[in-house]
Amino acid sequence: MALTSTLPPVLRESGQREVFCGLTSIVWLHRRMPDAFFLVVGSRTCAHLIQSAAGVMIFAEPRFGTAILGERDLAGLADANEELDRVVNDLLARRPEIRTLFLVGSCPSEVIKLDLAKAAERINTRMLGRVRVVNYSGSGIETTFTQGEDGALTSLVPLLPASPEPQLLIVGTLADGVEERFLSLFARMGLETVRTLPPRQSTDLPPVGEGTRLLLAQPFVADTVRALERRGAQRISAPYPLGVEGSCAWMAAAAAAFGIDPRRVAEVLDPLAERGRRALEPLRRRLEGKRLFLLPDSQLEIPLARFLHRECGMELVEVGTPYLDRQLMAEELPLLPEGTQLSEGQDVEKQLERVRASRPDLVVCGMGLANPLEAEGFATKWSIELVFSPIHGCDQAADLAELFARPLNRRELLQWN
Amino acid sequence: MELTLWTYEGPPHVGAMRIAASMEGVHYVLHAPQGDTYADLLFTMIERRDRRPPVTYTTFQARDLGGDTAELVKRSIQQAVDRFQPEALLVGESCTAELIQDQPGSLACGMGLGVPVVSLELPAYSKKENWGAAETLYQLCRGLLKTQMPAPGAAKPEPERWRSEGRRPRVNLLGPSLLGFRCRDDVRELRGLLADHGIDVNVVAPLGARPADLMRLPQADANLCLYPEVAGPLCSWLERSFGTPVVRTVPIGIGATAQFLRELCALLGLEPPELREADQRSRLPWYSKSVDSTYLTGKRVFIFADATHAIAAARIASRELGFTVVGLGTYSREQAREVRVAAKELDLEALISDDYLEVEQAMAQAAPELVLGTQMERHSAKRLGIPCAVISAPLHVQDVPARYAPQMGWEGANVIFDSWVHPLMMGLEEHLIGMFRHDFEFVDGHLSHLEGASAPTAQPVAGPDNGAPDVTPLSATPEGGALRWTASGEAELSRIPFFVRGKVRRNTEAYANERGVAEITEETLYEAKAHFSR
Repeated sequence: MALTSTLPPVLRESGQREVFCGLTSIVWLHRRMPDAFFLVVGSRTCAHLIQSAAGVMIFAEPRFGTAILGERDLAGLADANEELDRVVNDLLARRPEIRTLFLVGSCPSEVIKLDLAKAAERINTRMLGRVRVVNYSGSGIETTFTQGEDGALTSLVPLLPASPEPQLLIVGTLADGVEERFLSLFARMGLETVRTLPPRQSTDLPPVGEGTRLLLAQPFVADTVRALERRGAQRISAPYPLGVEGSCAWMAAAAAAFGIDPRRVAEVLDPLAERGRRALEPLRRRLEGKRLFLLPDSQLEIPLARFLHRECGMELVEVGTPYLDRQLMAEELPLLPEGTQLSEGQDVEKQLERVRASRPDLVVCGMGLANPLEAEGFATKWSIELVFSPIHGCDQAADLAELFARPLNRRELLQWN
Repeated sequence: MELTLWTYEGPPHVGAMRIAASMEGVHYVLHAPQGDTYADLLFTMIERRDRRPPVTYTTFQARDLGGDTAELVKRSIQQAVDRFQPEALLVGESCTAELIQDQPGSLACGMGLGVPVVSLELPAYSKKENWGAAETLYQLCRGLLKTQMPAPGAAKPEPERWRSEGRRPRVNLLGPSLLGFRCRDDVRELRGLLADHGIDVNVVAPLGARPADLMRLPQADANLCLYPEVAGPLCSWLERSFGTPVVRTVPIGIGATAQFLRELCALLGLEPPELREADQRSRLPWYSKSVDSTYLTGKRVFIFADATHAIAAARIASRELGFTVVGLGTYSREQAREVRVAAKELDLEALISDDYLEVEQAMAQAAPELVLGTQMERHSAKRLGIPCAVISAPLHVQDVPARYAPQMGWEGANVIFDSWVHPLMMGLEEHLIGMFRHDFEFVDGHLSHLEGASAPTAQPVAGPDNGAPDVTPLSATPEGGALRWTASGEAELSRIPFFVRGKVRRNTEAYANERGVAEITEETLYEAKAHFSR
């Protein structure tokens, strides 16, 4: 932590935020666990939000829906509980293949204090093991964007079987291909028992216990980590697996935690790192010296900034994050260049003024802001794309850099005369 | 509590945002938690707008709830007024804020802001987006026009007063808004149409209007209620309070455009429009009469949209294109009566629903050859393998084209002819398919230039001709049994051009299921063909 003192004080802002709420993470979680269904208990706004965030309907029959609260439900809580049971019955009759049902709390269900934990318990009892019902909150008054995944994973922790067996547990959703690649690399190093949370089938839950070491694939799973630690697991402190450097350090930290010979680790990683850096080289030439402004959105901002600065040579104007978890960022913060301005929270108008004043070459931002910034002459990158794309690992480092190089390339390609 | 997978309409405050974002000089302070800012991307992503909607969100959090959220509201309002200096301010709340009852509208009214403030009360748990848009437009106009209201019992203005005032007649175009279907192009088309008939446009609202323009609404000789979902209540109020007559015929399609012009000219005391105008100005009448359109006769079409576009589509489909309408419905409950009437004229029962699954089911049952719907129906139709054209909001970014593509007026009729007829044929006219079905171009593997872009039923899968087994030889029957295609049945199926094979397969299987036939032979296929042919 001592090293972070080279960073200026964090700019803390509270005002209008342009960040999705935690409900949005359903959009990738339902793809990860095809046997799960996410039922938001909320308002028409919630339903509209998820469908808009999902690119206005990519899927004809989604594995998520909303139980929309009406005036009648607000009149009395007993009524709302009965209604919820009815909706769940209808849903499960329609979708008999569902094995896990997530009841997802929202702003209105929290404000009226609808007890979804109790509801989940009640429905569980009635379903007699046919479907497992868990609950968490994705409400915007409590959570931002990616924190929804943290809530969903936390809700699964009590269901995990106990086991003292030594194992590596990767926490946080990865793209399927990337995950397979990591598993095979760990196997090459001699690390055989590697499991993931969330699993690919919601019922295929990994065990947890004293022998479990946690490796975070995503930086936004703080509550899940705490819940797993209470079950005896221990976290491996590491940077996040973005870029060649981060990915190698991430895998090496896991190997070290299991006492694997560093020479063996080097045998596996060195050729990968070499190849990864070679692939990055042309993109580094494209990005080097370009000034980058990251608006707060996905919690990936700090590891991304680290990668884009250290491996792609970009200059960091400001690195925003919806909230700063110093513990989970302990390995990342010292890797940021001296003087990096971090900001936490958001006051969007003020932040946009700083964007305009600093004229960065590229702005990473949420979807609502991208086109208006493009119209003002800024190249932008949607931050949500980074949660959907396979960006983790040495093999993906060049792809990740390419995502940032593309908007710049495009601007140079276009001509109007 | 109501289970929804996809919704046709957003909450009412999104309707209010549509009004604010459509206008100039209006700002909307929305008491709402983090996450509700998602609504911005409806405008910046779907409409591809180059600026954010003029909305300031209070973004309250759980920790604010214990404290003074009212202070937060007041601070946000003051900051918004200072920063954006609007000519009129809308203040409202989203669903969550409604529950905590801060009453931001009253707070704003007590702040002495020096700008007109309209306090919006849009019940989030009982109303929806279009209602919110209509109510916002009405409240905003009512607030601004308060001082101009004529005394009760005052004489109504004469629609022909333009003559005595020595000017051309002028009308208001009411209802076009962002996130509506092709509103921007409709306005341009109507401006031209009206100009051709010597009529001026007084105010277009909300699209492009400033608060000062709304103050001029009563100066019009007539109001054109172009999108009743948004402008209905405003038009009725202007009629009641200022005596301005309303033309409610929506000029979509040839017949409706002609009727619209007749009504408007009669109202304003102008010469009636020329009877031949439609034929001179639009290609739809001739294209529809031309021999190439013969095969459109009796095409079965299923329509589901907002009320305005659904009613227009039913009229165009049945009268102007010679289709058979096999389903008609809307999600606009406020206009359900009008849609029921339109359906009754076609011997149909209107489907009034906001459950897209129910719509999909009705669509499947009606077995149409073309679906005219919204973004939702586009997906349902795709699943059912039926061609679809989108005719109404809710929309997708692809429904906001760069080219000029109105729905209203004479050019709108041209656009409609193209966009409805193309998904049906794309050059693959049925008589040609019949004539050339044995030609090698229709054999599997030969990809014509139409491949991909054309018939949604195209299934470029390897059939028995290529030695590979058919990928789906078994289909489930409703009873849970399995349908089996015999070798002869498969062989005959493989001789059918690949782009209609999927449809033939489905029809044959449906026929076999109905009759309880478990094995599909060559003969079953021909029996089904005979059954479905008309």
